[in-house]
Amino acid sequence: MREKLIRRFEPLLLPALSVFTAMVLGGVLIAVAGGNPLEAYAGMLEGALGSPRAVSETLVWATPYILAGLSVSLALKGGLFNIGAEGQLALGALSAAWAGHWLPQLVGGGLPAALHVPVTLLFGALAGGLWAAVPGWIKARAGGHEVISTIMLNYVALNAVSFLLNGPMKDPEASNVLSRTPLIDESAWVPALVDGYRLHWGFPLALLAAALVGWALRRTTFGFEIRTAGQSPDAARYAGVRVSRTVIATMALSGAFAGLAGAIEVSALHHRHELGFSQGYGFDAIAIALLGKAHPGGTVLAALLFSVMRSGATRMQYLTQVPIDVISVIQALVLLFVAADALVRRIYRVRGSSERLVLTRGWGG
Amino acid sequence: MAYRRYAFIAVVVGVLVLVVALVGASQVPPLTIVASMAATTLAVATPLTLGALSGVFCERSGVVNLGIEGMMLAAAFSGWFGSIYASSILGFPPLPSLLLGVVIAVATGAALGLLLAALAVTFSVDQILAGTVINLLAVGLTGFFNRQLFFGPGSAFGGQVPHAPGVLPRLGVPLLADIPVVGPVFEQQPIAVAAVALVALTHLVLFRTRWGLRARAVGEHPRAAATVGIDVARVRYVNVVIGGAIAGLGGAYFTLESVPSFEPMMTNGRGFISLAAMIFGDWTPFGSWAAALVFGAAQAFQINLQLFRDQIPPSWSFLQQSSVVGLVPYLLTLLLLTGVIGKTTSPAADGLPYEREGRR
Repeated sequence: MREKLIRRFEPLLLPALSVFTAMVLGGVLIAVAGGNPLEAYAGMLEGALGSPRAVSETLVWATPYILAGLSVSLALKGGLFNIGAEGQLALGALSAAWAGHWLPQLVGGGLPAALHVPVTLLFGALAGGLWAAVPGWIKARAGGHEVISTIMLNYVALNAVSFLLNGPMKDPEASNVLSRTPLIDESAWVPALVDGYRLHWGFPLALLAAALVGWALRRTTFGFEIRTAGQSPDAARYAGVRVSRTVIATMALSGAFAGLAGAIEVSALHHRHELGFSQGYGFDAIAIALLGKAHPGGTVLAALLFSVMRSGATRMQYLTQVPIDVISVIQALVLLFVAADALVRRIYRVRGSSERLVLTRGWGG
Repeated sequence: MAYRRYAFIAVVVGVLVLVVALVGASQVPPLTIVASMAATTLAVATPLTLGALSGVFCERSGVVNLGIEGMMLAAAFSGWFGSIYASSILGFPPLPSLLLGVVIAVATGAALGLLLAALAVTFSVDQILAGTVINLLAVGLTGFFNRQLFFGPGSAFGGQVPHAPGVLPRLGVPLLADIPVVGPVFEQQPIAVAAVALVALTHLVLFRTRWGLRARAVGEHPRAAATVGIDVARVRYVNVVIGGAIAGLGGAYFTLESVPSFEPMMTNGRGFISLAAMIFGDWTPFGSWAAALVFGAAQAFQINLQLFRDQIPPSWSFLQQSSVVGLVPYLLTLLLLTGVIGKTTSPAADGLPYEREGRR
């Protein structure tokens, strides 16, 4: 009976145990830092879920987490490890800022919101997608590993964004030290979901995107191509899948989600691109996707968990004086235990046979 | 193929040196500028060289080390903290404090190497994932301890960052350092000197010793190696820990040799660039060093150009922006990955977990 239950819930059990173990170790760290772990975690929960405003803020955090997590998940399904979500997100945000402020001037006059909002988001997704297509192309054409190329493109993107925000796209009214674009037109703003709260329509949009990805992966030819190319490129080739093309398309689509995450942040929250507005969403997304086992539903759950941690962290620090960075440590530990599931199995004596997560076969690709 | 890559390296470095020399020529004799470029290149290539050597050690035995960046960052912090603790709490003089810091940094790198080996060898975790774990862990832990140890309740430093005991002093190579004009090239700080020495040492260990032969056998064909009685797991553990220690020394460069301070994320992708240098150098110590020098030259270019900022024509002034020239190493790496500069071959079993009962 126990065995059967374990097998049924295994996809949830191991990640849950991983999170639990990471929280326990994080608790030790909090205790070492002179805080009370229970008090700290209670503070975190209170800060994240204690009031309607707190819940709104948590879901505001969850929006880019879900989209960037989907980006990494989708790539993983296709056997690609996209570490470049951070750069794709930054370019998506920049491109949205351009479409929000300069595009109307270019076409002469303002745009109606019904047109301007989707165009702005589309520009963001397009920028992220094109940027991510580059490592896809490098991988398909020359076999250069996407891990290295996406990391390099992150630095290129962040440097380029910093250059543009200090030069051609700088807000003329900003002081020297501020690197930001002008405000985007109001017609490009994604509206709030509930009046008086920051929670915006981007959140349901992100949930819709997750549902769409889940459906597309299971039900469409393209989804099938992504999955077979990810599981076994040779088998996919044999089945008539054009693997190079699928690799490029998967990366592009992955980047589009990251770009969309950046665009929504600009359009719904900041209404401009500010240097450093992304608080490492793209990097957290890696842990989120892996914790969610690259499954769209799992990714949403993992994103919600991570946003509770991030959103409650400030309150936790305020109440217990424990440095906020302990959250980053816990998230890294979550990833550690998800990666080393053999270790978790050994600790909790859970036997099982879930497939191992295989991302790479060396550098050769 | 190798020649094509080295010719490319020579051209890139040549162009960079030439531009700086041309820009600065009216103020300073060109030879002085070239010497200064060379000296800076050698110095700033240090972490890249050490990172690449770390990669060579790990990957020649079949373990991909994507965690070099995190190992460097963690070592940079722990070494820095150790040296400050030694000088301001224990009252050590500056030099012993700094040397203690170096030892702590190397130990930190080795410890993270042990973690990588445990994940990759014992738990057969995907190695790219294992490296990513180390990187994220390093960012979190350095951020946490940076705040906690200096500003946390009960901190020995009472809420302010004390002065670091400076940086490691320059050493002149006898005779060579006294040559006029080119002398500065031979005046380097200890970790930079050690990096060059380690290039030669790594070459000797990997290609001239029994251990090196075994390590390479494990990286190419672990099953064959196991058949002749080599303990694959042990070889990989030892090599990855050594690799971690070398990455730790590279981390020490940032806070004990370059600048006497620590900033979150200060390694700024240098660990990843050193992986690119290793791939560029075809997994050989000297090849990796050559590649590290190209990336170093790109950085030295920017530093030296700053010295002559008044003479740069206004239309070229964007070259002064660190975000523009700072792109060069990353773009070079991408060019390398597209295969334009020639294909490379990794050790055959690189990145593959070895299972005694498995098929490989």
